[in-house]
Amino acid sequence: MLQLALVVVVLSVLIFGWLRMLPGGPVSALLGDRGTAESRAELTEALGLNDPIFVQYFAFLGRAITGDFGTSTGVSPGKPAMELFLERFPATLELSIAAILLALIFAIPLGYLAARRRGGWLDNAGVVGSMIGISIPIFFLAFLLKYFLSIKLGWLPTGGRQSPDIDATRITGFFVLDGVLTREWDAAWDALRHLLLPAVALASIPFAVIFRITRASVLDVLDEDYVRTARSKGLTRRIIRDRHILRNAMLPVVTTVGLQTGALLSGAVLTETVFSWQGIGQALAIGFERKDFAVLQVVIIAAAMAYVLVNLIVDLSYAVIDPRIRSAQKVS
Amino acid sequence: MTSSRAAKIDRLASVAARGPELEPGPEGSGSRNATDAGVSLAASAWRRLRRNPVFLVGAVVIGLFVLLALLAPLIAPHDPALRLLDDQVSRARNEIPPPQDGHPLGGDQFGRDLFSRMLLGSQQTLLVAVLATVIGLGGGLVLGTLAGAFGGWVDSLVMRIVDVLLSIPSLLLAVSIGALFADQTQFTVILAVAIVQIPIFARLLRGTMLSVRQSDHVLAAKALGVKRGAIVFRHILPNSLGPVIVQSTLVLAIAVLDAAALSFLGLGAADDAIPEWGQMLGNAQDYFDNQPHLAFLPAVCIIVVALGFTLVGESMREALDPRQRR
Amino acid sequence: MLQMRVARSRRTALIGLTAALAVSLTACAESERDSGGGQEGGTLVFGAPGAPSNFDPFYASDGETFRVTRQMFETLVGIKPGTAELEPELATDWESTPDGKVWTFNLKEDVKFHDGTPFNADAVCKNFERMFNQTGAGATAALSYYWIENFGGFADGAKPSLFKGCTAENPTTVKLELTRFTARFPTMLSQDSFSMQSPKALDEYKANDVKAEGSGFVFSEYARQHPTGTGPFKFTSYDEGNGTIELARNDEYSGDKAKLNKLIFRVIEDETARKQALEAGDIDGYDFPSPADWASLEDAGYNVQIRDPFNILYLGITQKNNEALRDLKVRQALAHAIDRQTLVDSVMPENSEVAKEFYPSSVEGYADDVQEYPYDPDKAKQLLREAGHENLTVELWWPTQVTRPYMPNPQSIFGALQEDLEAAGITVKPISKPWAGGYVDQVEVADAQLFLLGWTGDYNSPYNFIGTFFGNAENQFWTSGSPWGQELADSLADADTTVEEGERDAKYQEINRKLMSDYLPAIPLSHSPPAMVVSSDVQGLVPSPLTKEEFASVTVSSGE
Repeated sequence: MLQLALVVVVLSVLIFGWLRMLPGGPVSALLGDRGTAESRAELTEALGLNDPIFVQYFAFLGRAITGDFGTSTGVSPGKPAMELFLERFPATLELSIAAILLALIFAIPLGYLAARRRGGWLDNAGVVGSMIGISIPIFFLAFLLKYFLSIKLGWLPTGGRQSPDIDATRITGFFVLDGVLTREWDAAWDALRHLLLPAVALASIPFAVIFRITRASVLDVLDEDYVRTARSKGLTRRIIRDRHILRNAMLPVVTTVGLQTGALLSGAVLTETVFSWQGIGQALAIGFERKDFAVLQVVIIAAAMAYVLVNLIVDLSYAVIDPRIRSAQKVS
Repeated sequence: MTSSRAAKIDRLASVAARGPELEPGPEGSGSRNATDAGVSLAASAWRRLRRNPVFLVGAVVIGLFVLLALLAPLIAPHDPALRLLDDQVSRARNEIPPPQDGHPLGGDQFGRDLFSRMLLGSQQTLLVAVLATVIGLGGGLVLGTLAGAFGGWVDSLVMRIVDVLLSIPSLLLAVSIGALFADQTQFTVILAVAIVQIPIFARLLRGTMLSVRQSDHVLAAKALGVKRGAIVFRHILPNSLGPVIVQSTLVLAIAVLDAAALSFLGLGAADDAIPEWGQMLGNAQDYFDNQPHLAFLPAVCIIVVALGFTLVGESMREALDPRQRR
Repeated sequence: MLQMRVARSRRTALIGLTAALAVSLTACAESERDSGGGQEGGTLVFGAPGAPSNFDPFYASDGETFRVTRQMFETLVGIKPGTAELEPELATDWESTPDGKVWTFNLKEDVKFHDGTPFNADAVCKNFERMFNQTGAGATAALSYYWIENFGGFADGAKPSLFKGCTAENPTTVKLELTRFTARFPTMLSQDSFSMQSPKALDEYKANDVKAEGSGFVFSEYARQHPTGTGPFKFTSYDEGNGTIELARNDEYSGDKAKLNKLIFRVIEDETARKQALEAGDIDGYDFPSPADWASLEDAGYNVQIRDPFNILYLGITQKNNEALRDLKVRQALAHAIDRQTLVDSVMPENSEVAKEFYPSSVEGYADDVQEYPYDPDKAKQLLREAGHENLTVELWWPTQVTRPYMPNPQSIFGALQEDLEAAGITVKPISKPWAGGYVDQVEVADAQLFLLGWTGDYNSPYNFIGTFFGNAENQFWTSGSPWGQELADSLADADTTVEEGERDAKYQEINRKLMSDYLPAIPLSHSPPAMVVSSDVQGLVPSPLTKEEFASVTVSSGE
């Protein structure tokens, strides 16, 4: 928790100063080729960008305490940055969760099977595939998927989160979940179709990493004394697998999932750009191009917070999975 | 609380300290003379590596890549910056020069010889990868040593900052750094990619040094009265080196990929007179539908090279980390 | 034929347009629309490259916003579809006193805003008074750009304003008083920012409630959710999460009702993604396809509609930082060194033209007989020798992270120029900066030497082009440093305030001649057309040189 607070404070100072040190700024982005020296000066003054940086920072802090994090100037001009973040965050979260789920669903069983039949074709294919998975530029993979599956074959939409002709009710901001909750099945199905390709592209790296970790830790566990003991006790394969191998092999996997949050956010910037996914990754990319200070501040700080929080959750979930930590906690 | 990313780095760091005694190696002897522990760790790792096909494939790829980068200026038939074929370029009709005599791959979107650009692209790509890694490693070395050497509050402060930096997703950090510079040059790309790696290396190096310093064989050497300098050079450094080499190899791959991603987001080097694969791929995105080879050629090269570094890095990691060596 | 006559008549309109002509104009426009064919109803989804800033056109200055608001709002005077020519819109006709300071507009009858309140002279005055009385953030150039650009100051009197007052003579007659004559009035009223909005809705949803806060602007509820105009479409919703703006047909519309039931704008920032969305059938058309895609889109059966170019790309010259550039011979040498025809052929989109002067030929005051600078590297070298600058070194600035309609690919343009200049023996130091990350700032304050920039015309007026560039001697070219800088600015002001049309035209022609022979403060490069693309099901979308397309006449055949 202390680290979380520290991250927020340090980051807010860093980002705030940093953005204002950048050449150009919202004034140039707003006025573009239509600015004059006079209108520039006037606008800089109106936006309060002439004040010393610490004055600006404390003004920002003062407003932030009341829940006002400034207004977007470039990504979605006029929209409060926090509102924009809250609106777009579910989109990125939906995409990230879908990607992680996809990665888990395929990587864990495959990793397990690869480890059990070590050296077999599945193992070799999996290892090579996972290496390629982390060596392919994610935006290129996204392009390939979109080009072949959406454009050439027309199976899936090329981008966006929902077809515009579908009149869906919004509850959570997770479009698929919304469709399910409201029983607007066509909306859910449509959102799912939009979600699939970006999720697959984004899943490539976590898949590769989780596959390898699962495989390695299953191999580790297979050699452990308790598995040998269990075998010699004559327990069924299934019980050994479920109670002993998988449970113990999951620990490093959980760590890895936490680790991948950062990679997911990085990947989201690229994937969202390719698939026009209206999430925070896209907001960041546009925000940098148009020097949208308010949005960049909120999104970067919030993304870092989310990252630290996810890791906190991961650490806590150790306790649930790892009996050693669990009992240690009971003792203390 | 330390983030899991930090935990992963720490784990790699601890490999160095574990030394060969934890490991029932093929030689079978767990009780090894403490003084040659560092050497034999590397030696046994090397023995394992030599027989690993994954490592060999990766090494061959990297070897060819480096060779290509060195020889490219000799092989390349044309100056990559000259718009030799620009009379065959038409943006309006969406034409770029096709393959022809003297230009086996035709021209790029500005009428420059694509074959020469692909060849010379290897050079710049290698430069980006190596420089980014070296700068990242250098920065990490300074911070890590600072923290490790001073200890106390300096250590805490440096490592807190490192933790904060580690908590920013790497591409975001690279994008922010890339956007910071007034000019967009190849060097700013290298710097953006490198700075992201500094906290990783810093944590790795500090962790490695701490764990090696407290490891059994170093403690044993100290107890035996081995000189301080000898301990550092014969034990701490060689044992610390492994994880650093592993991480550096992986960073070489990451640097190539991150440079491409920056170019894709419009933050690559503005001047493309000297070709670089990531930049070529990033700049070819407009032509993906009509002239896909403009994107495919650099993309395939990048994938192969990144794969080469990854294969070598991962197999070295396995060789060094007995827990993962399967 | 009729169109040409109308084009000529626009200028007489300034002295007093006859009602009869106005009627014939409207009739003409109607008959054209009817011939479009296609059935009514249906939904059109059009891909937009960016999100609108808000829905109050007065506070906007960007095409993304106007593309949407134009469908919901109307202005007093309109633009004939497909041209840059004036036509009646909410005003049926207008006339001015001989000094051009008092203008009387007769308004269309039985027009209602979307909220049911009547459009009348009172509403017109409320609109103008609202614009004139902006304060604080609302009075900055980021929000009231077009007011400041055209009318100058506000009611606070800090800066002189063109606007003096508005009087409702009777419900259908309104009198606008100006402080001086300008040839740009009333054409300037055709700009979207001067759209007529419902005074009731403006009040109710606190339209003026806009403030600058924490490096951004907070718009009113009106601007975000309740835009209320008189146009053929009504605002339905803006789904930011999905990037779609939905409009519905206004069944009470006073003119020809829209044929579509629904009009949806879908924001797709990425150019490639827009194209792919069209190919996948997710959208029916989109704006600004990359010129590299025009040919392949046509081949695939899409309808690429190329607008007439109404912009200018120039190689700017800042004389301040490089003494050599203060020499006319050096600037002329640069002009001769550049192969503009090859530039246009290889780098610019189809239908682009080499620019002979600083605005396209469709604008008043265009002179055919200006000095030309054919491609001639030897002549360039000779001129440089004569000027004593054989070893000229210049910085050539170009922007990254941007495309503009006049500059679809800055990098290619820069590359072509660099090569041409080097071929003439000039050493080029390339300097690139991100558009909003230093480029426009530094170019604006005259930090550059040679630079790429341009302008898209807002309406048919020479002053909108060369007045913007050189009307103030303190500018990006640093013409204030030249003996003729102030002279040029003065002559522009003089031309703009010349009431008699023929005389004014002659004055502008003279300025253009001098610009190209005696001054040459920059080198005009090209006029390049922006395009839009629609699927073959879409009929009736008329490309406008001012990018003022109206979707009311559009039909989309369904079923395919």
